[in-house]
Amino acid sequence: MKLVYFAWVRERIGHAEEELDLPDEIVTVADLLAWLAGRGEGYETALKHASAIRVAINQEHVAHDAPIEGAREIALFPPMTGG
Amino acid sequence: MSAPIDPAVRIQREDFDLAKESAALCAGRSDIGALVTFSGLCRDEAGTLAALELEYYPGMAEAEIRRIARQATERWPLNALTVIHRHGKIRPGENIVLVLAASRHRQAAFDAAAFIMDFLKTRAPFWKKEYRSDGSEGGWVEARDIDDAATRRWQGQPTPGR
Repeated sequence: MKLVYFAWVRERIGHAEEELDLPDEIVTVADLLAWLAGRGEGYETALKHASAIRVAINQEHVAHDAPIEGAREIALFPPMTGG
Repeated sequence: MSAPIDPAVRIQREDFDLAKESAALCAGRSDIGALVTFSGLCRDEAGTLAALELEYYPGMAEAEIRRIARQATERWPLNALTVIHRHGKIRPGENIVLVLAASRHRQAAFDAAAFIMDFLKTRAPFWKKEYRSDGSEGGWVEARDIDDAATRRWQGQPTPGR
């Protein structure tokens, strides 16, 4: 699975993207966030306030209860501040 | 009402020219009665801000703005629509975003431009990082609740300006 990170999520995790093999028990976005948070200090810091993290699957916004099945690319980022 | 038009959406590092974009949008046509031009600029925050660095999600940024723009064309009878968003380092006084909404009458053009900006601010994947005039890194700009409230005002509301 390709994971991409932006803004302070990227800075805290320490890299912009990576390919990860996800365990089968990860069904939803929330499962993924919880699993990632256990991968090390950077991830833990980035994902400490999981409810603040916005997620996109295949470049479309999704809620945390969305299934990740069929995802090619999952993006994690903070609330947006463009405009 | 005729079929919704295809909006023009651009994500670019370089600046844009309001007058040129307006002229291009109106060129060769006489059906437009109202053209609303919104541009968002970088403020200097009372002299404390040296620059903003705008990070974005390539691919999704354009796709999401296009989704928002399409919703606007389905909701209001627009004759033409252009949305441009810049990325990279932007200094106070420089342009960040441009929305041009053209319609036969003003209300649809005003409302569509406001709708696009409200959704763009809360849903288009861009993030601003501040660089201070004193040379320090100011950190990431925080999202504001007022922007979420501005987005919600369009939900469950009858469409004006038709």
